[in-house]
Amino acid sequence: MDTLALLADGFATSLSPLNLMIVILGVTAGLFIGAMPGLGSVNGVAIVLPLTFIVPPSSAIILLCAIYYGAMYGGAISSILLGIPGASTAVATTFDGRPMAQQGKAGLALIAAAVASFIGGTISVVLFTLFAVPLADLALAFGPAEEFALVLMAFTTFVGLGGDDKLKTIIMICLGLVLSTVGLDLISGQPRLIFGDLPGFYSGISFLVLAIGVYGIGEILYTIESSRTAPQVTPAKITLNDLWSGIKTMNRMWRTMSLGSFLGFFVGMLPAAGATPAALMAYGMARSTSKDPKSFGKGNIEGVAAPETANNAASTGSLLPMLTLGIPGSPTTALLLGGMVMWGLMPGPMLFIEQPDFVWGLISSLYTANFAAVAINIALIPLFVWALRMPFTVLCALVMVLCIVGGFAPSQKMHDVWLIAGFGVAGYLLRKADYPLAPLVLALVLGPLMEKSFRQTLISEQGNVLAFVERPLSGTFIAIAALFFVLPLVKYLRKGGRRSIAPAE
Amino acid sequence: MIYKMTRRAALAGVASIAMIAAGATSALAEGWKPQKPIEMVIMAGQGGGADRLARLFQSMIQKEGLASMPMLPVNKGGGSGAEALRYLKDNEGDAHKIMATLNSYFTTPLRTDIGVDIEEFTPIARMAVDTFVLWVNADSDIQTMEDWVAAVQASGGSWKMGGTGTGQEDSLLTAMLEKEFGIEVTYVPFDGGGDVAKNLVGGHIDSTVNNPSEQMGFFKAGKSRPIAAFTTERIDAFPDVPTARELGHDIVYSMQRSFVGPKDMPAEAVAYYTEMFSKLNELPEWQAYTEDEALDRDFLTGDALQAYFLEEREKHAAILADMDADGAS
Amino acid sequence: MLVADRVIAIAIMALSAYFMWHATALPIGWNGVTGGPGGGAFPFWLSLVMLLSAAGVLLRSLMQAPSSQHFFDSQMLRSVIAVVVALFVTIALIPVVGAYVAIPLFIFWYIRIYGGHAWVLTTSLVIGTPVFLFFFFEVTLKILLPKGVTEPLFFPLYAMFF
Repeated sequence: MDTLALLADGFATSLSPLNLMIVILGVTAGLFIGAMPGLGSVNGVAIVLPLTFIVPPSSAIILLCAIYYGAMYGGAISSILLGIPGASTAVATTFDGRPMAQQGKAGLALIAAAVASFIGGTISVVLFTLFAVPLADLALAFGPAEEFALVLMAFTTFVGLGGDDKLKTIIMICLGLVLSTVGLDLISGQPRLIFGDLPGFYSGISFLVLAIGVYGIGEILYTIESSRTAPQVTPAKITLNDLWSGIKTMNRMWRTMSLGSFLGFFVGMLPAAGATPAALMAYGMARSTSKDPKSFGKGNIEGVAAPETANNAASTGSLLPMLTLGIPGSPTTALLLGGMVMWGLMPGPMLFIEQPDFVWGLISSLYTANFAAVAINIALIPLFVWALRMPFTVLCALVMVLCIVGGFAPSQKMHDVWLIAGFGVAGYLLRKADYPLAPLVLALVLGPLMEKSFRQTLISEQGNVLAFVERPLSGTFIAIAALFFVLPLVKYLRKGGRRSIAPAE
Repeated sequence: MIYKMTRRAALAGVASIAMIAAGATSALAEGWKPQKPIEMVIMAGQGGGADRLARLFQSMIQKEGLASMPMLPVNKGGGSGAEALRYLKDNEGDAHKIMATLNSYFTTPLRTDIGVDIEEFTPIARMAVDTFVLWVNADSDIQTMEDWVAAVQASGGSWKMGGTGTGQEDSLLTAMLEKEFGIEVTYVPFDGGGDVAKNLVGGHIDSTVNNPSEQMGFFKAGKSRPIAAFTTERIDAFPDVPTARELGHDIVYSMQRSFVGPKDMPAEAVAYYTEMFSKLNELPEWQAYTEDEALDRDFLTGDALQAYFLEEREKHAAILADMDADGAS
Repeated sequence: MLVADRVIAIAIMALSAYFMWHATALPIGWNGVTGGPGGGAFPFWLSLVMLLSAAGVLLRSLMQAPSSQHFFDSQMLRSVIAVVVALFVTIALIPVVGAYVAIPLFIFWYIRIYGGHAWVLTTSLVIGTPVFLFFFFEVTLKILLPKGVTEPLFFPLYAMFF
């Protein structure tokens, strides 16, 4: 088979001693960068990009992929240990990862995340190997209407009906969506909601600022207040046996993980969507298809496995439009694209024909990076778990410093650090008053995509609202979204019917 | 204010110590050398064309050792670059900050009142001028500019032109086309040039005025077709594509890629950066890149650059005034 | 508990009104020329929904019987306020005296004064954290932290590590 022969050639390059060393170095560096709240793969890739001129291009791309993968794995670490998603892709991981850590099961959660990431990464690389070229055409079929429908689907699979206080959930979704409109209105090119005329608001409110604020600072304040009455976080311990049994536990989750992988790969492949909606949808689907949906959000291991498989699968998927169409799906792939251009490689439909050595070297390095990332990650789990055992006040002080520095680092503005502090206090008060915070954060992440694609569609369809349902692909997504929206309601009614009296809330 | 003065005084005091330390590393210019990493402010977000080019410069500078301190790219793309412009204004006299500009350098202060006068900034060097070409999907029947105008007219205003946002370079060019041919199109804004290119090939929009570099991949794969170039002479990469001027329509528009410093940047620092960029301009890698991407390498510095900036600002003011007069969008 | 609920609901209503006022700077209606809603439409109408929902929360709490539960744990509230004040002071100090003075000060306050930990632990963290930050952020990641007046002290370090 042609593909296999090409792949074998690729492996010959990626398994050379120099390249193996580069993979290990890159993955370790990526892991630590990703584990830092506020920093993610984009920082890692940006920093090593200029260094890649020292090594040959094939090694350079391996280094970049290793960092990319390492950071994707690392993002789950801060989500689980500190409850602060290091990147928007890891938000869904906090929902069950954080409760698990609080129950003293941080080690198990970290193992679940690592194994799930590995499975997601591997399945998607295989899909990538087999179908990269034909799938590129599918990505082209996605216009603004389809993007909108997809984001709507991500939203409804996650939010649905039922759960928390409905009025308060609506308030939080609206608040998140409104905050997401701060900055520049893409369509008219006008600045809007520039509060107090502060120049810092021109670039909008970044997801990281809100997440570090409400999950980082807010969570610490909440823990400080409740530390007198509530028991402290159960100290986590981990032994080799725990590691082994953790890996065995994962064996029960093939359904969740393969669903997450396919979903992640296909959603990640679409240029505008990327890993965040993929992770959310995987979480939502795992929950709504589970036999015990109530245990989600309270430390269900499947709630960690689903988003982690999906976001890693999506990060591989997002390389596809970058390589085959030259369209970066995320800032990180944009930087990778920039790197390729610097080496004189022109991404686009011709790359697979003109530069097969490079393409297959890259694909094979995805396999090696994935193996290296899971091995190094699991080896380091005891270290991360041990870090949780430090005294509570010390942990708090260090996390707060990380929140300040991590909030400053991405945009290098003190404005963002002030916002983090503000969101921290607000998040603490809202949480105490039983306002759910997850919808707020999600709305901020998905809001810009939603508004933009909605308005783009209406402009190009001359204001025809029916365009969303008339186009076959987008119509299908809207139908699925509607289904997910009413599914919990149907379940609720059926249960109520059987008991003949609907339980009062 | 106090902060700035103390900093300057202290800077002078420690300069001597730093000079000794910095003396060990290779020297480019005699005299002034950066004492700390140089911040390269980018007027656009991460991943866009401007960002990629700025990072390309950064890596070339680093690879060739053209600067004694590292060059750190910082994206301040908020509000079409308003954020970057305000930042540069607030760092008057700073010798360690330079800004990579694009045409929003002219348009942003003209469109919204952000209290910035670009005349005050210190021009350093213009590295390149990017060109614009009118593109259609390769599957369409349109072969010439006349075909295109006829198709737009036949659509009765529903012709979809993709672009990167109202007020951006391509929207100005689109407005110029509308005015020249007396036509009306529906302008659909997207996130970036790459996104526009994909939507053209995917058939979600009907035509666009992308930079050649953004369409090159699809063009080589035979998926998109150039119709006309908005340059003074034909672009080397597309020898068969006529310029609009040849076709009797005097529309010429380009995107400059330059570097500027804040107001009152010390003269020695300006000299240092100018020399750094002129060496960069001579690099074979840079020359090869500009050829591949159909960029016009047109190096300009100092007063000539400032004159160019002011002239371009005039031009943009006129185009914007025209757009507003039409009141379309 | 109910009082706090009401105060927060009113605060959200005020915030929504503020957002709505800001949003009206751009068109909030259907734009007939370009098709689709104007730039201010999303923030305006969503804020309105937020305002109405918050009003709903307020009404609902007015109809509930008062409970004896307290919103804040009065003993621990003082700790929370102390930490918040320390955090704000630290952030305010960073641009002036630099991150490498403000952050060690914060750690010293938190570990030694607030946490009451031993001097050995305090000193090692006060020294270790900025050293780690410098090498991780500045040397490795090339992200410069604000230095304020302490900037000249770093020139020799830059010359050494870059």
